[in-house]
Amino acid sequence: MTEIQPKQDRAPVPKDWTYAPAPESRDVVKLRDRYGLFVGGEWLEPKESYETISPASEEVLATVGQGSAEDVDHAVAAARAAFANGWSSLPGSERAKYLFRIARILQERAREFAVLESLNGGKPIKESRDVDLPLAAAHFFYYAGWADKLEYAFPNRKPGPVGVAGQIIPWNFPLLMLAWKLAPALACGNTVVLKPAETTPLTALLFCDVLRQAELPPGVVNIVTGDGRTGAALVEHPGVDKIAFTGSTEVGKAIQRQLAGTGKRLTLELGGKAANIVFDDCALDQAVEGIVNGIYFNQGHVCCAGSRLFAQESIYEPLVEKLKKRLETLRVGDPLDKNTDVGAINSKLQLDRIKELVAAGEAEGADIYQPPCHLPERGYWFAPTVFTNVAQSYRIAQEEIFGPVLSVLTFRTPEEAVEKANNTPYGLSAGVWTEKGSRILWMAQRLRAGVVWANTFNRFDPTSPFGGYKESGFGREGGLHGLEPYLRFEE
Amino acid sequence: MSRLPVKKTYKLFIGGAFPRSESGRTYEADGQNVAHASRKDVRDAVKAARAAQPGWASATAYNRGQVLYRLAEMVEARLSEFADLCTGRDEVERTIDRIVWYAGWADKLPQVLGGSNPVAGPYFNFTIPEPTGVVAVLAPDEPPLLGLVTRLMPPLVGGSAVVAVASETHPIAAVELAEAIATSDLPGGVVNLLTGFRAELAPILASHMDVNAIDLCGADGQAAELERLSAENVKRVVHGRADTQSPWEISSFLELKTVWHPIGR
Repeated sequence: MTEIQPKQDRAPVPKDWTYAPAPESRDVVKLRDRYGLFVGGEWLEPKESYETISPASEEVLATVGQGSAEDVDHAVAAARAAFANGWSSLPGSERAKYLFRIARILQERAREFAVLESLNGGKPIKESRDVDLPLAAAHFFYYAGWADKLEYAFPNRKPGPVGVAGQIIPWNFPLLMLAWKLAPALACGNTVVLKPAETTPLTALLFCDVLRQAELPPGVVNIVTGDGRTGAALVEHPGVDKIAFTGSTEVGKAIQRQLAGTGKRLTLELGGKAANIVFDDCALDQAVEGIVNGIYFNQGHVCCAGSRLFAQESIYEPLVEKLKKRLETLRVGDPLDKNTDVGAINSKLQLDRIKELVAAGEAEGADIYQPPCHLPERGYWFAPTVFTNVAQSYRIAQEEIFGPVLSVLTFRTPEEAVEKANNTPYGLSAGVWTEKGSRILWMAQRLRAGVVWANTFNRFDPTSPFGGYKESGFGREGGLHGLEPYLRFEE
Repeated sequence: MSRLPVKKTYKLFIGGAFPRSESGRTYEADGQNVAHASRKDVRDAVKAARAAQPGWASATAYNRGQVLYRLAEMVEARLSEFADLCTGRDEVERTIDRIVWYAGWADKLPQVLGGSNPVAGPYFNFTIPEPTGVVAVLAPDEPPLLGLVTRLMPPLVGGSAVVAVASETHPIAAVELAEAIATSDLPGGVVNLLTGFRAELAPILASHMDVNAIDLCGADGQAAELERLSAENVKRVVHGRADTQSPWEISSFLELKTVWHPIGR
């Protein structure tokens, strides 16, 4: 018998391989020095303000308003007036056209928004360009089409708007989360007071110019920047009919407590600690790509990030070896460089949180691996990190890190994988990698999570409902189901 | 000489069994000594519900529909007994019809509430409803039988398991219902019925970390405090009405799961 030659390993990437810098130009973005609060279609001068920076360089980009309770009050009044003065009674087909306009303008100005998103948030330009912006525009386009078709979505239920929606969004996908919140709310005939995240207000403020170009009636969308105090004032305001919050489970619980007994509607999209489960019969190279995308996409600042890797014991060694090799090729650095895979950590606060949990992982006995990479001196950076030898009880296996840190655990049987994957208070997302179709469906049935990605990870679409089980929140965003939180029914 | 009738002892219904309250307490209602459930009874009931829930959820939808239909048969068989324990025959008949109506939803929900999603990429993507898990129900005082059944059926038909606190003023109908449930093929623990003081039991359920949703229908003035306690594990809070039927009542106790898979050769 002829002896089969073992396949030669592919030549390793030379260590000294350097890429020429490929920076995206900042010229497309024209920032003002100061921004006020966008209330009733006008810029309101705030009493207090703060500086917003680029987390990649710590450079000050602009001064923005710290919205007070009084400012929130003005914004809610403007939203109420706009609701009463025509927006809620406008035919759905007319509301739709405003939303279609917004979608088109976002597409037209996509590069400008993408650059600003990367500048203010630290995410790689290739992600803001290829993920955040196209999806944000798609959300407006999708929900625009629903505005005059709500009776078909909810037959026999006489759908109507809720009123004034208070929306609080996070810093990980600033413009995309704005789109997720605004598009369904406006399509259903509500008016909105939106509070962007403290560290990433700029694309929301630039978005006000899109609203001007779209000629949206004043007061339909009001944007009040500020920190947690501004958000709390919005949650407390008696003139708000509905709160939609995306952020940490801790703050989500506080909001749910605060709203107790008020009769205000609430939807929460909170944290996660997703299991990404890899079986020994998977397409291994594809799985490695999926694992990398699952946890290092957007620096791991993703509520549905695949932060717990469960490897079947029989492939544990080759999987971890391939994963480590793949990490060596990740390019960490300037978010505006088109070759960058992993950008800057969003804030000093978040960097400290990541460092604390990584230190806890080492102290508890896990083995840490970080590929050799050069981190810039200024700004907030953290190298892609893999922990092996992790026990279920470790903090890095239990708590949401919200950074580029993966914890690797193992399992033997599908039953054990399900048991371990579900052993968390969270339930936002999960991943399964196997070439066996029946096993995918068996796993998908048993994983207690709102989104299950099989042989893929971190996919999003406006038509696809997204949201959590258990302490990852309630309510769905996306799809027909995403309309329901913004509608009242006459039943 | 006339025969002395054998009187019934009114007990709790936990995990398919009929225990007394572990506290040994009773209270008088409807002219009977009725079990006065304690914190420990609540915990036992939640434990039984959690243990029974996966089995109930994994039964086929057709099977769940038949089991719930059989519950209607069991109540029909005791129609005259039930009529004496609630507002009368009309309430029992409406209760039976409501059970039958909900039983029919078991194998229709996913098509009405879920579907496939036309994502912009080479993926097969679908959304299906799944049970929330363990649901606490505070039944209204009135009507004692129809009110309880109206709140029990939505979580049950969706595949959740229930711990219910019966009407405090008229609890006997609930105990009779437990006996109908016990003979209906509903697996033990899927429905657990507690009698006692709602003001005492409700906060224990609202703050229980292994309860996923709570129906505050009978909560009276306690609702705000119960909502506050419910935030501790992000419970789904439902303000159910005592007499209503709708598939949207069911969807309050469902989660939506979306599954993605690539399409390729």
